[in-house]
Amino acid sequence: MTLLYALIALGLLALIFGLILGFAAVRFRVEGNPVVEQIDTILPQTQCGQCGYPGCRPYAEAIANGDEINKCPPGGDATVKKLADLMGVEAKPLAGGEQADPVKTVAYIREDECIGCTKCIQACPVDAIVGATRQMHTVLIDECTGCDLCVEPCPVDCIDMLPVAPTKQTWKWQLDAIPVTQID
Amino acid sequence: MEKLLEQIKKGTVWAFPGGVHPPQQKSLSNSAPIARLPLPEKLVLPLKQHIGASGKLIVEKNQHVLKGQALTKPSANWSVPIHAPTSGTIIDITPMPSAHPSALPELSIIIEPDGNDTWCELSPVTNPATASHDELVDVIHNAGISGMGGAGFPTYVKADIKQPIEFLIVNAVECEPYITADDTLMREHAAEIVKGIELMQQLLNPTLCIIGIEDNKPEAITAMTEAAKHNEHILIQTVPTVYPSGGEKQLIKLLTNREVPNGGIPADIGILVHNTGTLYAIAQAVYEGKPLIERVVTVTGNTIHNPGNVWALLGTEIKHLLDYQGFSPVPQQRVVMGGPMMGFTLPTVRIGVVKTTNCILAPDHNELAEPGPEKACIRCSACADACPASLLPQQLQWFAKSKEYDKLQEHNLFDCIECGACAYVCPSEIPLVQYYRVAKVEIKEQIAEKIKSDRAKERFDARKARLEQEQAERKNRHKRKPAAKTADEQQKVADALARVKDKAGNSDNKSAVAAAIARAKAKKQGGELEPDNSEVAKERAARKEQARLYKEQKAQNNGDDEPVDNKKSAVAAAIARAKAKKAAQANEQAPSDDTVSESPVAANDKKAAVAAAIARAKAKKAAQANEQAQSDDTVSESPVAANDKKAAVAAAIARAKAKKAAQANEQAQSDDTESESPAPAADDKKAAVAAAIARAKAKKAAQASEQAPSDDTVSESPVTTDDKKTAVAVAIARAKAKKAAQASELAQQNENAEPQGNDESSEGSQQTAQEKKKAAVAAAIARAKAKKQQKEGNDQS
Repeated sequence: MTLLYALIALGLLALIFGLILGFAAVRFRVEGNPVVEQIDTILPQTQCGQCGYPGCRPYAEAIANGDEINKCPPGGDATVKKLADLMGVEAKPLAGGEQADPVKTVAYIREDECIGCTKCIQACPVDAIVGATRQMHTVLIDECTGCDLCVEPCPVDCIDMLPVAPTKQTWKWQLDAIPVTQID
Repeated sequence: MEKLLEQIKKGTVWAFPGGVHPPQQKSLSNSAPIARLPLPEKLVLPLKQHIGASGKLIVEKNQHVLKGQALTKPSANWSVPIHAPTSGTIIDITPMPSAHPSALPELSIIIEPDGNDTWCELSPVTNPATASHDELVDVIHNAGISGMGGAGFPTYVKADIKQPIEFLIVNAVECEPYITADDTLMREHAAEIVKGIELMQQLLNPTLCIIGIEDNKPEAITAMTEAAKHNEHILIQTVPTVYPSGGEKQLIKLLTNREVPNGGIPADIGILVHNTGTLYAIAQAVYEGKPLIERVVTVTGNTIHNPGNVWALLGTEIKHLLDYQGFSPVPQQRVVMGGPMMGFTLPTVRIGVVKTTNCILAPDHNELAEPGPEKACIRCSACADACPASLLPQQLQWFAKSKEYDKLQEHNLFDCIECGACAYVCPSEIPLVQYYRVAKVEIKEQIAEKIKSDRAKERFDARKARLEQEQAERKNRHKRKPAAKTADEQQKVADALARVKDKAGNSDNKSAVAAAIARAKAKKQGGELEPDNSEVAKERAARKEQARLYKEQKAQNNGDDEPVDNKKSAVAAAIARAKAKKAAQANEQAPSDDTVSESPVAANDKKAAVAAAIARAKAKKAAQANEQAQSDDTVSESPVAANDKKAAVAAAIARAKAKKAAQANEQAQSDDTESESPAPAADDKKAAVAAAIARAKAKKAAQASEQAPSDDTVSESPVTTDDKKTAVAVAIARAKAKKAAQASELAQQNENAEPQGNDESSEGSQQTAQEKKKAAVAAAIARAKAKKQQKEGNDQS
C-alpha cells in the first residue's frame, strides 16, 4: 500500500513539474539564437562584406553555425579575441594576412570629379553618401564606416579612402617612441 | 550638517590619502612683482582654448582689430569666444601647432600688433550689485572666461549652475612646484579677487566661501585675509603643503571632508571650485568690461636668468616669454608647459600662450632629469601609498600594459587625476601616468566606436528594411497588373467606344469633352506607377459604364462586319486602342521609357487637327524626356510634296510609322523615339483620324519591337500619287508589314498578342467608314494583314 502511495505521489509530482516545464517552454520561448546577437554586437558593423557574407549579421549567424572567427579585417585582432572568448575557441590570426590593427579610414569623394551617377549611393550599406542624379555627391564622415564598398562602383574613380586624422581627443602618447623635438 | 559648518569655521582641515612632497622651488619666481613685456611681433590665438566647442569665427584675414574685440562668437554649447589681445591686423587664419603634447595643428588667428594697443569700446556693468543673474552670466560668457587652473572649463556654465551650492571653494593652493602665478596674483590683486568672489557669491548664493591656500604662501594669505575681512562669508583656510592638494577633489576633501562621487562633479555634492585667476578675470570683466586677453604666467627654471611672473597676452609665443626673461638653453633643452608634475614638454617654443597656461618651465638637466629607462616593477607599492585617489596604480599599470580595458574600468581608472605622484615615487621609473593616459584614450575610443557601430547597424537595418519594402512594392505591382489587364481590358475598350459613340449622338462640344476625358484617362493609365490608382480608375469606369457594357461589347466584337455609318466610331476605335496600349505600357516592367502617346480624338471639324498637333507635341516631349545620355536624336522631317492633302497625310503617316519602328529598334544605346510626324494641315476629319490611328499604331509597334536588336534599315519614300486611296492604302500596308516583321522578330515577346488584337480593332474602325475611300483603305489593310501573317509564318518557320 505504501508503495502505491509513493508511486502516486511521485507520479503526481512528475505530472505537475511536467506541466510547469511545458508551460515555461511555451511562455518563455526564446526567439532566434541569442548567441547571434552577442556575436553581432562584437562585430564592428561596417557591413563591408569582407568576410564573404552580406553584412555583419549574416556573418554573426555563420559564426554561430561554426564558421571561422578570423574573417573580419575591420575588427582586427581585438574582435577576433573577443569572438574567441565568446565562442570558447582558440584566437587565431586574421585570415588572408590582414593587418592586426587596421587603420581606420573614411571615404572621401573628390567632388569636382564626381559625375553624379549615384552608383556609390546605392552601394553604401549605411546610407552615408548624399547626392542626387547629376548632382555632386558627398560622404557624411560621421556615418561612414570605411567599408570600401563605394570605391569599386565609382565609374570615374573619384572616391578615396583616407585614414582618419587624429584629433587631440584621440591622440595617444607614443610610449615606446623616440621623442622628436623641433629645434628653432 | 550644522556640525560640519561649525567644524569648517573652526578651521578644521581634513586630510586626503597619499600625496608627495616634491621640492617646492617656488622662491625662484615669487619674489619679483609681475612684469609686463613689450608687445610681441605676432600673436597666435587658437580658436579653442577650453573644454567644449570653439566659437564661430567673425573676423577675416587682413581685418584690423582693436584690443579686446571679439574674434569669435559663441555658437554651440560650452563655447566661449576669444578676443584680440592687442590692436593690430589679422595676417592669417590657419592651423598652427597647439598647446598640447601632440602639438596637433589647430585653427588659429595670427595677429600682427600695430603697436598702439588701442582698446575697443569697453562696457563695464554699471552697478553689478543690482545686475540680474542672467546679465552677469552673459558678461562672463562674452568675456571668454574659462577655468584658468588647468582644465579650461567654461566659467559661465559653472556660474549658471542649477544645483544648490553650499560651499564655494576658491582654489588658491597652487600645489605644483615652481608655479607662483596665483601666489603673486593674490599678493598684488587680492582686492579684485575678492570682488570676483563676491560676484560668484551673488550668482550662486553659497552658505560659505572657503579660500584654500597652502601654508607656503604667507604673503598671499595675509593679502587675502586683509582684502576679505569685510565679508564674513569668506573664510580663508590654510592647508598643509602636500602635492596634489590643489586637485579639485583633493581640495574638497581637505576643506569639507566630502568626496566627489565616482563619475560625478563637485556640484553634485553642493560644492563649486574656482581658481583665483578665474575670479580675477571675472572681476575684470564685470567691473572694467575687459575680456580675458591676458594672464599671469610663471617663467622659471634654472636656464632662465630672471625667473618670475609676467603678464602674458594670450597668443604670445613661448619663445618671446623665454627671450625676455633671459634664456640660455642647455643642449637638449626641454621646455615644459605647466609644472614639473603634470606639465608636458613642448615640441616647439613657437606655441602661443593659451588661457590655461600657468607656467613655462625651462629646467636644466640637474633639476629635472630626463626620465631614465623603464625598469621592471618590483611591486613595492609606493605608488599605491602616494595615490591621492586611493587607486591601485600598480594593478592599473599591468592592466594597461595588457590592454585589459574592462579590468581598468573595474579598477576605476577614470578616477585617476593624472597627478603623477605615482610616477614620481616609482623607483623603477615607470611612466605610470602615461600608461593611464593612453589607456583612457583607448577606452574612450572604444566607447565612441561602440556608439558608432550601433548607429551603423541601425542605419544598415533601416536601409535593408527600406530596400525590402521597395522590392515588395515592385513585386506587387508586377503581380497586380496582368490580372487587371486580362479582366478589364476588353471592358475598357468597350467603355471607350461606348462613350464616344454616345457622345456622337450629341453635339460636337460634348464629343470634344468626352475625347478630352478619354485622353486624360489614357494618359493617366500610361504614366501610372501606382497600381492602386489604376485599379480604382478601372473600377470606376466599369461601374459607370456597366449599363452599356453588354451592347458595346457586342458592337466591338462585330465591328468588322457591321457597317456603322457614323464616322465617330473610327475615333472611338482610336481611343480604345490608345488606351489599351497605355495599359500594356504600364505593365511593362522593363526599364523602357514610357512614351506618352496621345491619340487625338478628332471631332468632325478643325478640332481634329488641333488635337493631332497636341498629340504630336506631347509625343515629342515624352521622347525628349526619355533621352539617354549618348543618344542621337534623329528627327524625321519629311517634306510633303503632294498636291492632294490626303495623299500627303497618308504618306506622312507611313513615313512616321516606319521611322518610329526603326528608331525603336535601335534600342541598345538610343531608345528615344523622337517622332515628328509632318503636320497635316488638313481640315479633313478623316485625315486627322487616320493620322491618329497611324501614330498610335506606330507607337505600339515601336514598343513591341523595342527589345529586338534588329537592324534599322527602314526607308520610306514619299508617296506622290494623285490618287488618295491608293496612297493611303499603300502607306498603311507598308507600315503594317514593317511592324509585323519587327514584331515577329522577338519570339518570346508576348506583347505580340496585344498589337495584333489592336490591329483588328483598328481595321474594324477603318472599315466602318462609310465613304468610298474608306473601303479602299480597308482593302489595303486586309492586304497588309495577309502579308503580315504570311511574313510571320515565314519568320517562325
